[in-house]
Amino acid sequence: MTGRGCDLHQSPAESLTSDSKHGSSMASSSSSSSAQQRLRIIAGHLQKRPEDENASVAAQECKAEAPRSEPSSATPVPRRRQEIMKWNGWGYSDSRFLFNKKGQAEFTGKRYRLSGLILPSLKDWFEGTFGANLQHRSPATPSLNLSAVAPPNLNQPFVEDLKAAGLTVSHDPEDRVFRAHGHCLHEVFALREGRIGRVPDTVVWPSCHSDVEKIVELACEHNVCLIPYGGGTSVSSALECPREESRSIVSLDTSQMSRILWIDEKNLTAHVEAGIIGQDLERQLNERGFCTGHEPDSMEFSSLGGWVATRASGMKKNIYGNIEDLVVHIKMVTPRGVIEKSCLGPRMSTGPDIHHFILGSEGTLGVVTEVTLKIRPIPEYQKYGSVVFPNFQQGVACLREVARQRCAPASIRLMDNEQFQFGYRSQFKGFDPQHLCVATLLFEGDRGKVLQHEKQVYDIAAKFGGLAAGEDNGQRGYMLTFVIAYLRDLGMDYYVIGESFETSVPWDRVLDLCRNVKERIVRECKERGVQFPPLSTSRVTQTYDAGACVYFYFAFNYRGLSDPVHVYEQVEHAAREEILANGGSLSHHHGVGKLRKEWMKESVSGVGLGMLKSVKEYVDPQNIFGNRNLL
Amino acid sequence: KQRDSRNHKQSGDSTECVAEEASLILDEMAHRLQLSTVRFFVFTLSKAFKRLFRSVCVNEEGIQRLQQAVQEHPVVLLPSHRSYMDFLMMSYLLYMYDLPLPVIAAGMDFMSMKFVGEMLRMSGAFFIRRSFGGDKLYWAVFSEYVKTMLRNGYAPIEFFLEGTRSRTCKSLTPKTGLLNIVMEPFFKGELFDVNLVPVSISYERILEESLYARELLGIPKPKESTSGLLKARRVLSEDYGSMYVYFGHPVSVRSLTEGKITRSQYNLLPRCIPQKPSADTHEFLNDAAFRLVRIQEENMVLKPWVLIATLLLQNPDGMDLSSLAEQTDWLRHLALAFGAYLDWPDHEACSEVISCSLALHRHLLSVSAGHVQLSVTDAPQVESTPEEAVFHQAVVVLSCASYRNQILHVFLRPALLAVAMQSANSNRKDDVYNCFNFLRNMFSNEFILCPGDSVQDFEEACYLLMKRGVLQVLEHEIVMSASGHSTLAFLSSVLDPFLQGYQVVSRYLCEETNENLTEKEFIPAVRNFALKLILAGRLKCYEALSSDLQKNALAAFLRLKAVRKVKVTYQVNFEGLVL
Repeated sequence: MTGRGCDLHQSPAESLTSDSKHGSSMASSSSSSSAQQRLRIIAGHLQKRPEDENASVAAQECKAEAPRSEPSSATPVPRRRQEIMKWNGWGYSDSRFLFNKKGQAEFTGKRYRLSGLILPSLKDWFEGTFGANLQHRSPATPSLNLSAVAPPNLNQPFVEDLKAAGLTVSHDPEDRVFRAHGHCLHEVFALREGRIGRVPDTVVWPSCHSDVEKIVELACEHNVCLIPYGGGTSVSSALECPREESRSIVSLDTSQMSRILWIDEKNLTAHVEAGIIGQDLERQLNERGFCTGHEPDSMEFSSLGGWVATRASGMKKNIYGNIEDLVVHIKMVTPRGVIEKSCLGPRMSTGPDIHHFILGSEGTLGVVTEVTLKIRPIPEYQKYGSVVFPNFQQGVACLREVARQRCAPASIRLMDNEQFQFGYRSQFKGFDPQHLCVATLLFEGDRGKVLQHEKQVYDIAAKFGGLAAGEDNGQRGYMLTFVIAYLRDLGMDYYVIGESFETSVPWDRVLDLCRNVKERIVRECKERGVQFPPLSTSRVTQTYDAGACVYFYFAFNYRGLSDPVHVYEQVEHAAREEILANGGSLSHHHGVGKLRKEWMKESVSGVGLGMLKSVKEYVDPQNIFGNRNLL
Repeated sequence: KQRDSRNHKQSGDSTECVAEEASLILDEMAHRLQLSTVRFFVFTLSKAFKRLFRSVCVNEEGIQRLQQAVQEHPVVLLPSHRSYMDFLMMSYLLYMYDLPLPVIAAGMDFMSMKFVGEMLRMSGAFFIRRSFGGDKLYWAVFSEYVKTMLRNGYAPIEFFLEGTRSRTCKSLTPKTGLLNIVMEPFFKGELFDVNLVPVSISYERILEESLYARELLGIPKPKESTSGLLKARRVLSEDYGSMYVYFGHPVSVRSLTEGKITRSQYNLLPRCIPQKPSADTHEFLNDAAFRLVRIQEENMVLKPWVLIATLLLQNPDGMDLSSLAEQTDWLRHLALAFGAYLDWPDHEACSEVISCSLALHRHLLSVSAGHVQLSVTDAPQVESTPEEAVFHQAVVVLSCASYRNQILHVFLRPALLAVAMQSANSNRKDDVYNCFNFLRNMFSNEFILCPGDSVQDFEEACYLLMKRGVLQVLEHEIVMSASGHSTLAFLSSVLDPFLQGYQVVSRYLCEETNENLTEKEFIPAVRNFALKLILAGRLKCYEALSSDLQKNALAAFLRLKAVRKVKVTYQVNFEGLVL
């Protein structure tokens, strides 16, 4: 199971929000579009089936060929994902950055707001920041060399039983390779070089809960290893097939379980199959006038089940909460059977919350098949904003004060100076361009309250030397974070590799942690022979009562290094050590996977780890869910 | 600066009371660096220094390293401490080289000097009480004060690891309290790194030379006073030779702690709450402090006189100039082979060098008919009691010893091995090592011997002596070479005064003490005991009179559990056990 929360591999929200080319705009600041939006909400209500007037619960049978009454039917992610998505990079095949013949950067395709645009200053920034040169290319292997993929190690009786049960199965090398990786740097780098490691031997696509029950039952019977696969956006090596696994490995792709089974307007909940990906869930709910408000930056590709399995976090958690706050009910199929609660009560005192064994279990216990989520009416009004601060310290102080007063907007993010320099070329009077930084804001709610809220936040910002810098700069900030994952692929075409990682940390340590980790990265790069100064930047992406979520971006030009990925991994390892030494957590929402396993004991204590292991031991004694994440 | 006072309400006082008390402490402690005062100081100091010293030598590449280090991370200067001149010279040099002036942790006794105390304060000194064991508020205010200066990168912090001036010129066992304070901002993530710069300051002739010797012999140290300093003007008319300041390589706290300190142990308490160092941290601090002092020792520039003093002390009846020259030359090569940092003038005949040194230290010597001897020269030749005569001679010996002590760190490990070989009665490596380890253990209050480095020290000693052709180290045996006798004899006599001194102390404890010896009575009683032995001609070693040696011996015996400390209400008594 995969899924990731905010930031690096962000999908341009514009594809969902205010992209005029792409239609379905959720909300925007202009009054005309908010009027359109209200219209759409009303339309959504009108399109409902008549019986919804009485019973707003619309249950759907499993195996239904198509949703009976969904106004725009949801087409799930195709089984052959490689037809629309890159096999060795981020996102859609039609969307990528490139430097054209004139040396100008452009973004191809039609999906995004940036699509088809020329970005004249990207080249200078790119060359200036990394010491990269457009003459020095490091292109990827153009296509998958099928002979590099080992033949599948099949458990024939198992496969036959699957087929007998009417399940769709594939042994196609492309299908298998696609499901053998997430989006860690080393995974993508290896693909670009055409190096293929251990890949799943079989891919199976269940289409409902009972299909999953059948698969798990057969897997136990034939002792094969199951690895649940949702959106494939993992950045914790969670999808990597363990080398030591000798059994046949089966990738259980949940993408065909993507229906909203019912919406309960009285209780504001929706029951959804766990394979649905974020953008489809949100779009379909929008059509009915609702939203979950859960918008991790990977929401174009990441799945509901993945969010649950990794404890995902959404950009707008200040209003809607993180995934653990949104979930009302979870159904998971384990080798021991199905685990679920008996009612939909909003809170229970029935011992430790069994949901918390599932949330963050990273596919080690079973497959999440169905989830009941809280939903909200689409907000009436949405407004972006931005504030520039003379320096990062002032910015952090302001965010801390906003958190103290508990008046954080739906989203508030603070970028440091390096990120400011990437995103903005604007001059602000009286601010040192080498120190200033910018906070981007997103307000949501009814119009009056949003405006009032906005004033409160800007007043606080003013006390910390902050200057309102307009809606456009705010929106631009969110848009830019969305394209960074595509930018990484561009970098890799020119000897630049990079990655992001996150942590959460108490307020009083935010500044120290950011400074120390950034400096540690610079120093480690130097010590490990990186020839050019790396890009080492941080941002505060979420605020909480007691602390904040901090993101780091780190990239460098690897020309002259014989094993750049190894160097990269050593530096990231050192950076994580530094985070832990400075009071940061092992992960805020990316999860542990296999990448950060070594620190689990230190993070949760030996007893804590033992508790988790004993749960695993009880639920899955055969280690059917053998992805070896977490523990 | 006062943010910590909030955490110190343990006594039940009101917050205001505590805050007020804290601000009083701060007033008493804080420096008030003022450039005008510094300029005045520099003006007078440069005059004074010019009169006192022939030259002040500084390693300029060290200054350049320091300039670099100051740019990178907050810097802590750790000079050795042999003289009041130390921190004056440090500030003077930093000023002259355009480096930021340090703030200096100085003992409170300076503060009570009228006018000068304030002057020092305005040139960057802040004052700490010599002892504040139980006073938590004082500790909190003090540590927060230092850390705030460090965190803000306000100025380099300077303090003395040894805590006080070494009266013997041997490095003192380092204190870890201040070291912990300056490292804590790194442990707690408040700073990316801290650069520790050990500085070795050595003097060809120490201003306080005879003062120290008298103090060691029980003539009490005059209270620091302005008039005392004015009287010290007399010293201005004397020649103190050269002075050396060696700025060592900056030691990064980050690299020092790598793999030794788990910084995440500080994650669970708010960082403003003072935390006692954990056992691990304490061990680390102690180890680091020893290593830093060793660096100070290794970088100490030594003058030829140090070699001469070593030889003259081993020959109490004096030496012919020719044999002195010959042996000094031999010793010079030995010292160099052992890694001593010797400032020996190039292209000068050995005899020339020696006569220069003798001239500078003539007040400790008598030279007649080509024969040199340590002797009292400036004492009144009028009739004096035998006791007084012993003390006069002891002043000369201890003064001279303070020069020999400067090179002890070079010979120490081979010397321990030499003595171990003599007393082991066996050539087996194990036996020699056990003996070595015992001696090392016994002398670990006396010399800088890093805890836990026993095996390394042993191997280092073996290596050095092997390199000199003195020993052959086989798999299980250590064999003396035919030519090694003189070297081994020299080395064991280096330790001789200390062995004799410790024997005197233990004899005293065995023979003379009653059940209730108090800590206070101990020093005078041992001194008397030693004095009697000397007067009776049964002891030739004047160094046994040194209170420093006596204290170290007692501390060692306590540590080795040969002596037990018993608390009787407010008295501390000792009971000698089996020695």
